Amino acid sequence: MNRPPILEQLIEWGIRVSAGMAIAGLILIFVFIGKEALPLFTSPEARQEASLSKLFVAQVPEEGEPPGHMWQPVSELPKYSLWPLIIGTLKVTLVALVFAFPLALGAALFTSEFAPPWLREIVKPVIELLAGIPSVVLGFLALIVMATTIQDLFHLDYRLNTVNAGIALGLAVIPIVFTVAEDALTAVPQAYRQGAIALGATPWQTARRVVLPAAFPGIFAAGILGFGRAIGETMIVLMASGNQAIPSWNLGYGFRSLSATVASELGEVVRGSPHYHVLFFIGVLLFIFTFLINLLGQVWVGRLNRKLTGKK
Amino acid sequence: MKKGAFLCSFLFAVFPLSAAPTVTLKGSDTMVILNQRWAERYMAERADVVVQVTGGGSGTGIAALLAGSTDICASSRPMKEKERAALEAKTGRPPVEISVAKDGIAVYLNEANPVHELTLEQVARIYRRKVSNWREVGGADQKIILYSRENNSGTYEFFKEHVLKKKDFTPYAQCLPGTASVANAVARDKRGIGYGGAAYAKGIRFCPIQPGDGSPGIPPDEKHILDGSYPVSRNLYFYLRGPAEGPLKDFIDFVLSPEGQAIVSKVGYYPVRPGNKK
Repeated sequence: MNRPPILEQLIEWGIRVSAGMAIAGLILIFVFIGKEALPLFTSPEARQEASLSKLFVAQVPEEGEPPGHMWQPVSELPKYSLWPLIIGTLKVTLVALVFAFPLALGAALFTSEFAPPWLREIVKPVIELLAGIPSVVLGFLALIVMATTIQDLFHLDYRLNTVNAGIALGLAVIPIVFTVAEDALTAVPQAYRQGAIALGATPWQTARRVVLPAAFPGIFAAGILGFGRAIGETMIVLMASGNQAIPSWNLGYGFRSLSATVASELGEVVRGSPHYHVLFFIGVLLFIFTFLINLLGQVWVGRLNRKLTGKK
Repeated sequence: MKKGAFLCSFLFAVFPLSAAPTVTLKGSDTMVILNQRWAERYMAERADVVVQVTGGGSGTGIAALLAGSTDICASSRPMKEKERAALEAKTGRPPVEISVAKDGIAVYLNEANPVHELTLEQVARIYRRKVSNWREVGGADQKIILYSRENNSGTYEFFKEHVLKKKDFTPYAQCLPGTASVANAVARDKRGIGYGGAAYAKGIRFCPIQPGDGSPGIPPDEKHILDGSYPVSRNLYFYLRGPAEGPLKDFIDFVLSPEGQAIVSKVGYYPVRPGNKK
């Protein structure tokens, strides 16, 4: 038995400790956010104003008015319906994906299947650079430059609408979808392509019928990861959405997303009030959403890699 | 030797060891420009004092005062009983309230909007979406697009209390951060209506408020805000944790001096001490 030198052991332990700390940090974040949201389930005072049922059931705003889903935390009669926020978040995420996914996938197909090597070396880094644009810049672009153009183009009532915010959000999502999809396509073994070409398929037929199906799990994962990124994005939707808390799927209206609500209201909220706990509950919801979505995406990527490298 | 001297000078440049007394001023977004002007002028006159100004909203300023992270809280709304009680519980003495300027909350219309005046009641109905077309208040047959402020702003609370009589805003109003964004939005939107301080005026006009008895509408100008006939006016406040002393007192005296109040008029608000007009 020759034991590894002491330095080796130290380094090994150092790596273990740092990995453990990262995982512990993640768990602690969840625990702390959860702890602040817990009174919605345990404290009678908080439940009186914002129990779980009140967050999802329609409420009567005032005498003689029809019940509706309202997010009006600052009111004589605070109302915390989460539907407008959830609908708004899903609405803009879908617009962003419908805009970003085809573009990113097309770009990934082009760089991996059709582009000459020298062009790929240019296109790939440029698209990945998009990821480095701070979201506040995209938000500003959407608010000042894009909004009026899009309103005139589609004849929408509101200048700050879902289409506008969705496209800006799509710009933030493109690099992620592109990178993951491109990796998946490049990972398809060369033998598949050569086989198809040998059988007389054109490059497009090869890409469409052979490479795409083989890389499908990775491309699916790319979509999922893009979805996760879009749901949690804050700055763009805060600036370009108009922040209307309305439970409407109409793309010509604005919306108020879960993340933007937390960002704009947490700075002012009275600590320990029902409103405060509801904001943390929204944080928990977002955390769970993105965590599950990313987990799903990672599992798919892992499967794909195992499948293509032929390991069990 | 030389190296040492260079290092010293470099360190002093990066970390100035000035023992200058600092006054921190945090709060209302409405008042940020005004606070900055006061601070600039005051520091130009007294090079030994540093005044730091940050915005963030009236509520944020009050929270900072409570936490002890600011000397002065600038607020565009009076402190609530709850906040006063919390401060007193923390410091053992009531907070000091100083009214430093007056402001009128104007209703913004786009310059191209044919509606030339509204009653307060009509404005309230518009913001509660009981009225959703300009035709119903004497304008063109167009949908009304509402612009409001985020629910953490002092302007929002003031408007809600004095115009909506504490009723809720419609959720269809788009919430924008800051008076400037509301003014810009209305300037870009022919069908828009917004509200905010009477100090911003680019591409918009202030809608005169009609008392509702057939007499002409009252515009939010200096005369009508100071004599109280414009119905939506408010005081802008400084709040302190206790009686001011030293540099803090000196700065507040400056703000209330004729020179300080002249800056108020320049920024577009109205002096609280009449007779200080230039």
